[in-house]
Amino acid sequence: MISIEGLSKIFHLNQKKITAVDNLNLTIQDGEIFGVIGYSGAGKSTLIRLLNRLEEPTSGKITIGEKEITTLDKNKLRMARQNIGMIFQHFNLLWSRTVSENIAFPLEIAGVPAKERVQRVNELIELVGLSGRENAYPSQLSGGQKQRVGIARALANNPKVLLCDEATSALDPETTNSILDLLVDINERLGLTIILITHEMHVIRKICNRVAVMENGKVVEQGDVLDVFLKPKQPVTKKFVEQVMENQDGDLDQLLEEYTSGELVRLHFVGETANQALISKISREFTVEVNILSGKITQTKLGAYGTLVVQIIGEKNEVNQTIQFIKEETSVEVEVLVNA
Amino acid sequence: MLKELFPNVVMKDLLVATGETFYMTLLAMVGTVIFGVLLGLLLYLTSNGSLWENKGLNIIVAAIVNIFRAIPFIILILLLIPFTTFLMGTFRGSNAALPALIIGAAPFYARLVEIGLREVDKGVIEAAQSMGAKTKTIIFKVLLPESMPALVSGATVTAIALIGSTAVAGVIGAGGLGDFAYFHGFVRRDFDVVFVCTVLIVIIVFIFQFIGDFITNKLDKR
Repeated sequence: MISIEGLSKIFHLNQKKITAVDNLNLTIQDGEIFGVIGYSGAGKSTLIRLLNRLEEPTSGKITIGEKEITTLDKNKLRMARQNIGMIFQHFNLLWSRTVSENIAFPLEIAGVPAKERVQRVNELIELVGLSGRENAYPSQLSGGQKQRVGIARALANNPKVLLCDEATSALDPETTNSILDLLVDINERLGLTIILITHEMHVIRKICNRVAVMENGKVVEQGDVLDVFLKPKQPVTKKFVEQVMENQDGDLDQLLEEYTSGELVRLHFVGETANQALISKISREFTVEVNILSGKITQTKLGAYGTLVVQIIGEKNEVNQTIQFIKEETSVEVEVLVNA
Repeated sequence: MLKELFPNVVMKDLLVATGETFYMTLLAMVGTVIFGVLLGLLLYLTSNGSLWENKGLNIIVAAIVNIFRAIPFIILILLLIPFTTFLMGTFRGSNAALPALIIGAAPFYARLVEIGLREVDKGVIEAAQSMGAKTKTIIFKVLLPESMPALVSGATVTAIALIGSTAVAGVIGAGGLGDFAYFHGFVRRDFDVVFVCTVLIVIIVFIFQFIGDFITNKLDKR
């Protein structure tokens, strides 16, 4: 378990005080993938760098497992860091070393004998799917491959925790997905706790169990990813959710103008209900036509979530019964947009 | 044919002089690289935001480097005569030129080393720190290897400047092609000797540049 209590970091810049992290409290469970999201300047990057003290905290306490990181002396901190892997937005590989030599670097630091190093490096290359590229130099690799080297390097000393500092922000969407799959894979296989910071909501959506939203150095909202998606409370969180779901209210007025017959209804799907064949069910059981106008269903790690705007056309009575049915018999939330 | 074109050039003496130039340049280069890298590392590591940040020490080292870089080489040799006599027992000959050559070139190279080290990606140093690396490890396994092409091309530039300095060192009878060109050529009005020595120095410079470029390209995997 990682616990952060009253953590603050104040930078002094030209006699101005800048509070990057402001009295922050957070608890992260073992083995979970915990996401921290925020816009640039929210303090999330500082937060992750405070966790292994690349940045010295101004005040507060960080405990990772049994170790209180904030009180360790220089040497003990170095030892502790060997058990905290970290990957970076710009990969930060040594260009003068091959893939194998880059992955071997943390093992050299930890004083692992040469023979074991070779063996461990081979395991790691296999794990991150870079077989055949052992002797390539970073300049010969694509961004995704570079980040795989970064991940292998971070895992070399079997850490309990992996810190990801905007690990996918420099990658294209497809490569991002493959790197995220790899992170989920190692999380499940090695039972590693992963803390990742990002400004991309779809990264949170795809792999995180829990999420904290940061603004002005504070956590303004946190919880299970699905809950935060479903009921975002803070304006900043709503904006992030819209990033993935798109803002549908914009074209809603247009829909209301164009589709005047029947009922316009917004359906909220949460968790498992999104997997039910709701639309085909109601069109079979009621004599109504269902016309899908807009919507999006997205998959989070804990189930699907999304909204659909549909037009239900038919006898008024039948339409009402249909809506009644959805409200009472399923867990889909219904919102009637207008009475035609 | 050669005899006709260059009647005053004595082959044996010319070879000795060329050998002395190589001798002085290479030996001075060894000392220059050692002191230059040390000073360059010190300049870099004590600078603002670096691993051994220390404003006082940084100012002192920078001042020493700047002072010795500011003194013209011809004056530096003369100023160093007592020091050279103390160190080498004499102030004449190739060996006696070495302290002046090194003291003249090392501060110059130190600045080039410092520039090379600054080019090393801060993120990579941070990555090494995040793995729990000691400062020693960061110096020898990150900073120096990652800046190696810059260190080598800087050494090439320095070596070529050193070849020029060895010629100037002729004033204390250091030997070498500069000395030879001046005393055996210019002074005796045998300008064919001056010409041949100049051509040889140019060739040596080309050789150094070629080797330096070759090694730099080999090392650079970026």
